[in-house]
Amino acid sequence: MNIPKDLYYTESHEWVRVEDGVAYVGITDYAQDSLGEIVFIELPEENDQLTQFSEFAAIESVKAASDLNAPLSGVVLAINEELEDNPELLNEDPYENWIIKIEIEDDTEINKLLNAEEYANVCE
Amino acid sequence: MYYDKLIFEISTEGRKGYTLPTPEIKRYDLPETLLRDDCPGLPEVSELDVVRHYTNVSFKNFGIEKGFYPLGSCTMKYNPKINQDMSNLPGFTSIHPYQPIETMQGLLHVYYETQRMLSEISGLDTFTLNSYAGAHGELVGLMIMKAYHESRGDFKRKKVIVPDSAHGTNPASATVAGLESVEVKSNKDGTVNVNDLKAVLDDEVAGIMLTNPNTAGIFEKDILTIAKLVHDAGGLLYYDGANLNPLLGIARPGDMGFDIMHINLHKTFSTPHGGGGPGSGPVGVNKKLVKFLPKPVIEKHEEGYTIDYDGDALTIGQISHFYGNAGVYLKAYTYLLTIGKENLPNVARYSTLNANYIKESLKDVYHLPIEGVCKHEFVFDGLKDKSTGVKTLDIAKRLLDFDMHPPTVYFPLTFKEAIMIEPPENESKQTIDRFIDVMRSIAKEAIENPEKVKGAPYNTVVKRLDEALAARNPIVKYKDLLEQ
Repeated sequence: MNIPKDLYYTESHEWVRVEDGVAYVGITDYAQDSLGEIVFIELPEENDQLTQFSEFAAIESVKAASDLNAPLSGVVLAINEELEDNPELLNEDPYENWIIKIEIEDDTEINKLLNAEEYANVCE
Repeated sequence: MYYDKLIFEISTEGRKGYTLPTPEIKRYDLPETLLRDDCPGLPEVSELDVVRHYTNVSFKNFGIEKGFYPLGSCTMKYNPKINQDMSNLPGFTSIHPYQPIETMQGLLHVYYETQRMLSEISGLDTFTLNSYAGAHGELVGLMIMKAYHESRGDFKRKKVIVPDSAHGTNPASATVAGLESVEVKSNKDGTVNVNDLKAVLDDEVAGIMLTNPNTAGIFEKDILTIAKLVHDAGGLLYYDGANLNPLLGIARPGDMGFDIMHINLHKTFSTPHGGGGPGSGPVGVNKKLVKFLPKPVIEKHEEGYTIDYDGDALTIGQISHFYGNAGVYLKAYTYLLTIGKENLPNVARYSTLNANYIKESLKDVYHLPIEGVCKHEFVFDGLKDKSTGVKTLDIAKRLLDFDMHPPTVYFPLTFKEAIMIEPPENESKQTIDRFIDVMRSIAKEAIENPEKVKGAPYNTVVKRLDEALAARNPIVKYKDLLEQ
């Protein structure tokens, strides 16, 4: 299972890449593998206000429908619109294809996220 | 030869299934503005074309009357024909809800007696049969829960505790009822984690919704402790009785302390479901909640049955057009009388025995994540030997080649390769042994020839479908097919 060292993670299998106050959010390799072929994603809108660990999108695969939870609080700066027509990109490369960009509101929230090693334990 | 035509494909221009007499009145042409731009594109076929087409299509259908159907969490039991015969009696089918009440005493008797029998089976005081389906029953039950708290002037109780192993409809029903669902984590076997439960109990809890046996087929062993904890916190206990089969005549939710429950007549009480519905989700309550039941209420008096359209002053109101799906509770009533009180516990015993027999016969080749005795169903987590790469989906597809409906797959979500098997009580040992043999042969084939299993099915009308493509790009209209 691919768990890049330079990312933060949630117990609900989202990853976060922090760059200059902006958080890129996606789903992990484990998540895409568990879900199976992803067929649909319902994205939030730009400027939506998200709260840490609250639902921000819904994802459907051939097996199940799940909610995605925001790893950090903040305003949605951008959504990856390409996923609306090609949700399978999340299966092909879950770390390359981010889902949303968030403007980080509170840096200290990052302390509540997991590092790669801790996340690997969640996936055990 | 497989019949694989759509009715549009047998359409022949100008063919009709009717003849009209020559009109005696003068032809009248509608003004242009009232005419549609083009024809509706209906198939042009004769009566015989239609009959042959749908007869051929019906042969492709799979149902309980064609083969074994061990679909977990669905209780796909056979629906005896006598149920259908009774509900088709003209004395029932020709009733109009507005006809004089003295002329529909028979139906009201069935309503009253069905609710009385459900009370006896569940240990709850009174039932309403008005709710149309299981999830509708949940909503009604939660509306009653909310009305109860509000009638005491307690408006802060909005939280409904739902274990993460519960039926997916539970949190949805709570939300629709204007309450807020709070999830508690379950133990590895899907039972409620009592410590986690304690942590969320406070004076804002309206109640708990418990599925028992849970989705893994395990009886909630701490059920009395849970009942006491929730009651002590001032909450009510809601019993999701969708899985009632293993309890019939053996154990009663009312005796365990539950206040409200719903029952799926279309599962446990052998009325058709799964595309053949409609359903019925009667709701039962204990004494203190009777006044909140939906209206109308059927009442029994010495001189006969009456319908109270107003209900109690505290009623949650009307939740159905009249008094529920009569055709469904007529079937359930027939089923109960056919089985009889003395034989009812055998439904529970045989369904439980069947499930445990399959579980024990296959656990050396399929991975059993929860050891021990199950109730009417259980979950395997894929094959024991995972090295071959054969997944649950492949096993399900391979079963189709042996004319068996696959069990429920990839549910519950707590197991990655879940296969949920529920063999109802009316399956014979021969049928179940054959299923075990087929499952064993698939497990063996997975080791000897994994690619074969991964490519299944082979004997079906259509072979392995691309499920992702079907979901991403569904073609549900003939027009869309032509445009492809």
